[in-house]
Amino acid sequence: MSKSTFYTSVGYKILMALSGLFLMIFLLQHFVINSLSLISPDAFNEASHFMGTNPIVQFLFQPILIFGVVFHFIMGFFLDLRNRKSRSNSYVYNKPSANSSWFSRNMIISGITVLAFLAIHFIDFWIPEINYKYIQQSTEDPTRYYHELHEKFALLPRVIAYVVAFFFLSLHLLHGFQSSFQSVGVSTNKTRLTFNKIGNIFAIAVPFGFIVIALFHYLTQH
Amino acid sequence: MKLTLKIWRQKNSTDKGSLETYPISDVSEHMSFLEMLDVLNEELIEKGIEPVAFDHDCREGICGMCSLYINGEAHGPDRRVTTCQLHMRKFNDGDTIFIEPFRANAFPVVKDLVVDRSSFDRIQQAGGFVSVNTSGNTQDANSIPIPKDDADTAFDAATCIGCGACVASCKNSSAMLFVSAKVSQFSLLPQGQVEAKERVLNMVNKMDEEGFGNCTNTGACEVECPKGISLDNISRMNREFLSANIKK
Repeated sequence: MSKSTFYTSVGYKILMALSGLFLMIFLLQHFVINSLSLISPDAFNEASHFMGTNPIVQFLFQPILIFGVVFHFIMGFFLDLRNRKSRSNSYVYNKPSANSSWFSRNMIISGITVLAFLAIHFIDFWIPEINYKYIQQSTEDPTRYYHELHEKFALLPRVIAYVVAFFFLSLHLLHGFQSSFQSVGVSTNKTRLTFNKIGNIFAIAVPFGFIVIALFHYLTQH
Repeated sequence: MKLTLKIWRQKNSTDKGSLETYPISDVSEHMSFLEMLDVLNEELIEKGIEPVAFDHDCREGICGMCSLYINGEAHGPDRRVTTCQLHMRKFNDGDTIFIEPFRANAFPVVKDLVVDRSSFDRIQQAGGFVSVNTSGNTQDANSIPIPKDDADTAFDAATCIGCGACVASCKNSSAMLFVSAKVSQFSLLPQGQVEAKERVLNMVNKMDEEGFGNCTNTGACEVECPKGISLDNISRMNREFLSANIKK
């Protein structure tokens, strides 16, 4: 495979799809671990402690994840800009709702909303975590994770921000899931309906699950 | 029927252009859309006004010449028809109809509603063909067995008339439905296998050179395509593109 393979319109969309699929796998594992907080604080602490201290997770998967996130967003902005340049004169009268869904046409809006949320999320969790472990080099407490999560959701504005962000993430995934399989060439006429159904379930269940977790922790302390 | 037409008028490719309003009466619901425009042009000529330029040829949905973005949709509100097959019965008495050219940087406006779609020709020339020796020893096509499903799928792809509705409808002005149809119609057949790798690479590269946008799988092209070309072709082209690059 030559270097120029991915410097084409088809190459770009394949890269976009692969990074999206990778992020969806990460989202699912994040959801599974967070869901443990609804069932058992001990199980959540154990899973979080493993993720937070395992060197493979910390020094291999975490940098890959950060690269994947940054790549997906930069590529999204780059492709959006490129696509806008392909039509200098817009239609005076256009009716896109006649042939496509709002969320498929506005991935950049849902994407920017998720990006804004990620900034909050990093400030809330990731930066304090890095500070705790690698800057202050505090003694590791395997039981701290549940309390930290629980206390974060005491504030209503944060919970509202989470609900809004995950609503937009749901819209993003409603198109992004099935679109990824189309872009990498896996989807066919026979399988497209199945990918759409699985995508719809994933796009609704996972973000809704995150919303339930946020609401659970807010409501159980008010 | 009495109608108000809002038609894009543009003197040439460098002119800015604008929408002009033309009232028209006595429009029969049995007329095709292009016949309605013919009537309008007769009236304009009688009044000494420059007639509206628009593309047309066969007027039976085969040639792909007619275009027009009507009331915000390529080929108008009907499905699986070209503008020439669109009838005035799809509109109501008193309606205002917006008529614009297909818009994309790769389809520059020549005049009024006429756009230059020769970028499609150049993509075809880059690989949309099968090289056949026609010096008298051509193999009979019927001597090559082809599974019925493959033949049907290839034929479905080959029904693309290259009108450009996919580009016009796509928010990104992407030509991937057109290019993928042209790739698929050959790649599914044994005759097209020999040049399959070069075909997909050359056609994708030419498509990019022409300035079309990137496909984001909104599906608008499939909905607006007068021939119902399936998105499955885009997925197939992506597979072929990856495969061709791996084998390179």
